[in-house]
Amino acid sequence: MAAATTPVRKVEWGVANVVVIALALIPVLWMVSLSFKTPAAVLDPSFIPSAWTWSNYHEILSTTQFVRPLLNSIGIGLIATFIAVVLASMAAYAVARLNFPGKAVLIGMALLIAMFPAISLVTPLFTILRAIGLYNTWPGLIIPYVAFGLPLGIYTLSAFFREIPWELEKAAKVDGATPFQAFVRVIAPLAAPGMVTTSILVFLACWNEFLFAISFTSTIASRTAPASLAYFSGSSQFTVPTGPIAAAAVVITIPIILFVLFFQRRIVAGLTSGAVKG
Amino acid sequence: MSTSTEVTAGAAAEQRPAGHKRQLSEGARAERRLGWLLCAPAVIVMIAVTAYPVGYAVWLSLERYNLELPQNIKFVGLANYGAVLSSPYWWNALKVTLIITVFSVSISLVLGMLLAMLMHKTIFGRGSVRTAALIPYGIVTVAAAYGWQYAWTPSQGYLSAAFNNSAPLTRQVSAIAVIILAEIWKTTPFMGLLLLAGLSLVPDDLQKAAMVDGASGWQRFWRITVPLMKPAILVALLFRTLDSFRIFDNIYILTGGNNGTGSVSILGWDNLFIALNLGIGSAISILIFICVAIIAFIFIKGFGTAAPGSAIGKR
Repeated sequence: MAAATTPVRKVEWGVANVVVIALALIPVLWMVSLSFKTPAAVLDPSFIPSAWTWSNYHEILSTTQFVRPLLNSIGIGLIATFIAVVLASMAAYAVARLNFPGKAVLIGMALLIAMFPAISLVTPLFTILRAIGLYNTWPGLIIPYVAFGLPLGIYTLSAFFREIPWELEKAAKVDGATPFQAFVRVIAPLAAPGMVTTSILVFLACWNEFLFAISFTSTIASRTAPASLAYFSGSSQFTVPTGPIAAAAVVITIPIILFVLFFQRRIVAGLTSGAVKG
Repeated sequence: MSTSTEVTAGAAAEQRPAGHKRQLSEGARAERRLGWLLCAPAVIVMIAVTAYPVGYAVWLSLERYNLELPQNIKFVGLANYGAVLSSPYWWNALKVTLIITVFSVSISLVLGMLLAMLMHKTIFGRGSVRTAALIPYGIVTVAAAYGWQYAWTPSQGYLSAAFNNSAPLTRQVSAIAVIILAEIWKTTPFMGLLLLAGLSLVPDDLQKAAMVDGASGWQRFWRITVPLMKPAILVALLFRTLDSFRIFDNIYILTGGNNGTGSVSILGWDNLFIALNLGIGSAISILIFICVAIIAFIFIKGFGTAAPGSAIGKR
């Protein structure tokens, strides 16, 4: 691209880059700014707080109304991710490596669930969970999260598993390794990156989920952090809790942003592997 | 896929040329059993959480079932569907949902394409653009929605202040525009990343050859890039359309569905959790399911979208 390196072109691309970065960051910075505003400063539309305070963070991190849901989110997200990735790895291994009738049915089923309107499940699952005593409990959210994590997991993992040079397993056995050693020393390290990527995508989906979280919970015993925002009321009922909600939004967002930035290569690979190759 | 089985079968046959046929079918049977065994847990969970409840929802939708009147449950046939389909609330919600879907998907397709080209071609700072683009993708939708809500609140928000202290969330058309804006901001990076993966499959040589032949940038885009990227574009469109059709989080936070801004998902949720009417709520759920099935059918049959995964079966 000889034409692309002229100084004018360089400036054009640079401007485009800056515009994209600004559009992505400004709404996030606005939330950060709100979270540091005092109640009086909230009533002033300036982007930079006129008076700074940590009190919003202090308020939300000292109330169980937010801390407990935060712990629920972490616990439910980790357990659901673990179960979904284990079950999806087994199915993805079968899809990528074995020949068996019904494979197309499995793929079709996973696709169907990936496209499923979640609201269609809210009514029946609400009734079923109440009947079997899982309404407003961790398992009541973990089970649906696993089911919706599975299609994502099966697609991403089977795309990764197809790229693994499985002949190496046989080579290791020829060299005298037991099947277990061949798996642990040769195959597992090759499969690990795909599994890490899949875990990240499934965890992000669980962390972000809102509809089930407000439908299948009624107290902070199992309510997750995004759902708790919608129920958050200020320290007194006469103040609109704008600052504390903004602080809570920042608290649930910043770790995920850091996480996304740290694992960005893997996330991009995972998002695109299922869609383009498969 | 098929190559690996042939290899195993071939190796087994070499070992025992006499029992060739038997060995092959036994191996195939064992492989079959292992395949089913490995898939079983995932299949059971998926069926238990989706297929069974959907069947149950169909049944619920045929009953008069209000949680406030539990002694008053009665089989009413299709009466709930009649009630929903003759209600202006359903048609308004469907209209709002379709408007949000069409605008947010088409605008995020155009912006996503620009973003993908930028990420593909930019000379410097490629990493920082991709990093920035991942932020809206990773952010919790509800958290971002609060940010937009406060930004558009008169005398508090910077966007409201920039637009003459307006209060767009209190009027139908402008509130829907804000909802579409929030959707576009959140989903364009995802679109861009999917399209970027498609873009990287377009061979550079082809572009250069067309350039030598005197094709303009616009011609090259429409004659080379778009046709070659068609599968990636259609898959991205299918997923974004279905995702957008079930929009819930952004509307719930931004307007709560007030002033005629509720989507079909909001309508279904209100009927279940505010009116506590399981019969009507289920009927709405089933109607949404049918709409989604129609959209998917149009994409796959009408546009020939290759369902992702169909290639997995073939391999």
